[in-house]
Amino acid sequence: MAVATFGESVKRTEDPRLITGRGKYVDDVRLSGMAHIAFVRSQYGHARIKSIDTSAAVDSPGVIAVFTGADLQEELGGLPVGWMLPDLKQPAHPPLAFETVRYLGDAVAVVVADTAYQANDAAALVNVDYEILPAIVNAEDATKDGAPLLHEEAPNNIGFDWEVGGGDYGEAIKDPDVIVVKERIVNQRLIPNSMETRGVVADYDAGKGNITLYTSTQIPHLVKLLFSLVTGWPEQKVRVIAPDVGGGFGSKLYLYAEEVVAGIVARHVQRPVKWIESRSEAYVSTAHGRDHICDVEIAGKQDGEIVGIKVDLYANLGAYISTFAPLIPTYLFGLMLGGVYKMPNIECKVHGVFTNTTPVDAYRGAGRPEAAYLVERMVSRFAQEIGRDPIVVRRKNMLQAHKNGREVTTGVMYDSGDYKGNLNKALEIFDYRQFRADQRAARREGKLLGVGIAAYIEICGMAPSAVASSLGAGAGLWESSNVRLHPTGKATIYIGTSPHGQGHETTMAQLVSSELGIPVEDIEVLHGDTDMGQFGTGTFGSRSIAVGGAALFNSLQKVKAKTHRLASHLLEADPKFVTFNNGTFAVEDIADKTLSIQEVAGQAYAAANLPPGMEPGLEEVSFFDPQNFAWPNGTHLCVVEVDQDTGKVEVQRYVAVDDFGNVLNPMIVDGMTHGGVAQGIGQALSEAAVYTDDGQLLSGSLMDYALPSADMFPMMELDRTVSPSPSNPIGVKGAGEAGTIAASPAVMNAVIDAIAHLGVKHMDMPATSEKVWRAMQDAKEARRAERAAARSQRS
Amino acid sequence: MSTEITVTVNGTAHPASVEPRLLLAHFLRDVLNLTGTHVGCDTSQCGACTVHLNGEAVKSCTVFAVQADGAEVTTIEGLADGDSYTNVQQGFWDEHGLQCGFCTPGMIMTSEALLKQNPDPSEDEIRAGIAGNYCRCTGYQNIVNAIGAAAKAGS
Repeated sequence: MAVATFGESVKRTEDPRLITGRGKYVDDVRLSGMAHIAFVRSQYGHARIKSIDTSAAVDSPGVIAVFTGADLQEELGGLPVGWMLPDLKQPAHPPLAFETVRYLGDAVAVVVADTAYQANDAAALVNVDYEILPAIVNAEDATKDGAPLLHEEAPNNIGFDWEVGGGDYGEAIKDPDVIVVKERIVNQRLIPNSMETRGVVADYDAGKGNITLYTSTQIPHLVKLLFSLVTGWPEQKVRVIAPDVGGGFGSKLYLYAEEVVAGIVARHVQRPVKWIESRSEAYVSTAHGRDHICDVEIAGKQDGEIVGIKVDLYANLGAYISTFAPLIPTYLFGLMLGGVYKMPNIECKVHGVFTNTTPVDAYRGAGRPEAAYLVERMVSRFAQEIGRDPIVVRRKNMLQAHKNGREVTTGVMYDSGDYKGNLNKALEIFDYRQFRADQRAARREGKLLGVGIAAYIEICGMAPSAVASSLGAGAGLWESSNVRLHPTGKATIYIGTSPHGQGHETTMAQLVSSELGIPVEDIEVLHGDTDMGQFGTGTFGSRSIAVGGAALFNSLQKVKAKTHRLASHLLEADPKFVTFNNGTFAVEDIADKTLSIQEVAGQAYAAANLPPGMEPGLEEVSFFDPQNFAWPNGTHLCVVEVDQDTGKVEVQRYVAVDDFGNVLNPMIVDGMTHGGVAQGIGQALSEAAVYTDDGQLLSGSLMDYALPSADMFPMMELDRTVSPSPSNPIGVKGAGEAGTIAASPAVMNAVIDAIAHLGVKHMDMPATSEKVWRAMQDAKEARRAERAAARSQRS
Repeated sequence: MSTEITVTVNGTAHPASVEPRLLLAHFLRDVLNLTGTHVGCDTSQCGACTVHLNGEAVKSCTVFAVQADGAEVTTIEGLADGDSYTNVQQGFWDEHGLQCGFCTPGMIMTSEALLKQNPDPSEDEIRAGIAGNYCRCTGYQNIVNAIGAAAKAGS
C-alpha cells in the first residue's frame, strides 16, 4: 500500500482480521477467573415487586452470588439523562428495579456464576412475586385521563411538551386559495438489531481500586464519564474499552443498566464478570427507535406552491428517559420540518410520553427519518390532492442552491447544497417520462408499478458545542485527535471517535497519509480505549469525519507546521522556499536539498539540532468544535411493483443521488449508503415492533421481527453531487444516516403511487402484503360504494 | 454429566468432555477458543455462527457439540492458509463486503458452501443463497458483489 489520497477508495485495513475470524469483540474477551452474569427481567409490562426469592438460584450449581435491585440500590445510582429540555420530567431510573417494573425486560436481579449456562439456569430459578398493574403502550392513549400512570412526577405520563416553528401557519391557511391536506401518520417502533448484541466485561483491580469495562459501545469516553457520575467511582479509576464493535445504529449510544451493574458486581465478587446479551434479550433491553403518532397537515395552493406544515406529535419515550431520548423527537425532528423546501410557515408541537415499553432513543437517523418521512409523504400527498406531478411540486418549492449558509424557517442554517441539482441528476439516471409511460402500459396488463421520490436534508456533524449546550446537551460535542510520529517516521494516532463498522482505521489513516505522505501501512489508528488517549465524544449522528476527521486534520496541520520549520532549519533554507510534497521537504530550485518526513521525525527526537525554542518530539493534539452542523442532502427514487392479487411489494429499482460534501473514501461512503437505504427499506416494507395492550412484545425475537434479507433488494444505483461543507476544514458532511432517512419515504411514496389510481392516499409502514392488499380492497370497496351512491342519486 | 467426544476442527482432532446440551457454537468458541465463529441470535435466524460440518454449511448454534462427535468441522479460522485468502475472503475484502464484520465469518462460510454447490451463480441465486444470513450494515449489495467476484476468480 502506498501513500493514499483524499477521495481514493482505499481498501480497508480492518478487513484482514475480520475476514479471517481474528477480530476481537466483547464476547471474545477472556480474562483469568472470569465469571458470567445473567439478568432476571420482568415478564410484565407493569408490575409491583412484592418479593424476590433467590434461594433456589443461590443453591444452583456454579452460582457465586445473586443480587436484587434492593441489594445494590445504594451503589448503582440512577441512569442519567444527557439532554435537558424545559420542564423535562426525569423520573429516577434505577439500573435494577427494586419497587416497580415498568416495561417487559426491566431488570430486577442479577446472577453471577462460573459459566454463562449456569448463570442462565440460576436466573430462571429466581422467583419474583409480582402484583400486576395496568399497563399502557400507546403514547397518545397514555396521555388521556385515567390511563395507567408510570411515574407520579409525570401527570398524564407526559415527560415533556415542546414546540418549534417559524412564520405563522394559522395565518397562512386563512387565505381562501389555500388547500389543507390532513393525515394521521404513524412512524412505527423499530428494533435496531446490530448483528452483535450488547455485552460487557467488567474487570475490577482490587489492588488499585480500578475498574475496566470492555463494552460494545459507540461512546467509550462518555460511558466512562457517565459511569463515574452515576456510581461515584473516581473518573481516573475508570477505564472503558470498546473493542471491535459489531454495529450500533444508535442503539449503543447510551449508558446502559448492564454496564453499571457489571462494574458494581465485579467489585462485589472480586472477579472479572462477563455479560453477553442474547438476541431475544436485546429485543427488550436495548433501546428501540421511532414510535411516533402524528397528526400532520400540509397547506398549499392549486399551482403547487406549499405554504406550510403543521405537526402535532406523540413521541413514545418508553418507560424511562434514555440518555439522549429528549433530543431525538424534538430538535432532530422539529428543526427538519422544512425539508429542502421554502416552507415559509411551520408549526410543530411534540409531546414526549412515558409508556410501559422499552425506552426509545436514537436509531439510525434519529428524528430526521421521522421528519423526512412526514415531509416527503405529505408533499407527495399534497401533489396527489391537487392532481399534479410530485416532481413538479417539489421543484416548484425547492430552495435555491447555496454554498455558504442559508437560514430556513425553523431558524437553523443549512450549510451548502444544490437541491435541484440532486433532483436533476436523479432524473437523468432515471428516465421519469419513460417510466410513466411504462407504468400506464403495465397497468393495462394488470401489473402495478409505482415510483416514489424523496428529497431530504439532515442535520449532521454533531455539533457546535455551544449551540448544542444551549439546546440542552449535557456534554460538549466536539471531537479530538492525537497524532504521534515516532522516531522512525511511522505514526500512531488516537482518535476520539469510536467506529463500529465505519472503517475509521482506514479513513483516518488515509487522511494522515494524504496530508503527511506517509504510507497507510505505516500508520496505526487507535480508538476506543479511554486510557490510550485524550477524551473523545464518539461515533453517532454522521459526525465522525465531519468533526473527528476535522480534528485529525487540524492535528496534522500542527505536525506539518512543526516539521516544516524543523526541515527548513536542517536544510538551512528560508522556510518560504521550502516545499512539502508527498512526504518530502525540498528547497525550491535546489535539486539535492531534500529531507523526508521520516528523516525530520528522527531529528525531532534526536534533538541534536533544533531551531531556537523548539521542543523535542513530534506529537500534536487537537480538539475541533465546528461552528455549524453539516447538512447532507439528496434525492432518492424508488420503483416498486405491487402484486395486485397478494399485495406483495417488490423493490425493482433504487436510485440515490446524495450530497455528502467532499468524500474521503467513496467505497466506504457507498457501502454506508447501501446499508442505510436497506434499513430504510426495512422500515418501509417489513420491520415493526409490536406490543400487546398489556405490554407484551409480540415481535420479541428474530423469528417474529422481519429483518430484511438479501433477497429483498435490487442493486442500488448511487451517484453524488458535491457541495463542500463550510462547517469544517475538509468540507465533508457525513454519510452514515442519509440512506435510512431517504429510503422509507421513497419506498412508501412508490407503494402509494402504484395503487393511487385505486383511490389509496396513505398507508402506514410497514407496507406488508396484508396491509397493501387490504388498502387496495378498501379503496375498491369505497369506489364501488361511491358509484352505487351516485347511481341511486341519479335514479 | 459429561460426554466424551472428538471433533476434528480445521484438521486437528480435539477430544473433549462436554455437557450434552453444549452448542457446537459454544464448543468452538469457549472450549477451543476459536472465537471467529460468532453468535448473533438465539433462534437460528442470523447465520453469524455458520460453519462447515462434514463439508456442509450449518448454523452451529443449532447443532449440539455431541452431534459433531467424529465429524470434520471447518471454521472461518480454517479457511486462509497464512495470508493467502480464499477467493471468497479476497472477494469480501476487494468488494467492501463487510463493515462491522460481525456477520462476516458466517456470511463467508455460507458463501463458500454456496459456490461449492453452484460455482457460477446468478445474482438472484446469490441473494437466495445468503438469505439465511443477516447483515445489518451493507444492505447486502457488496456481499453479493463479493460472492460474484469470488465466483469469477474461481472460474
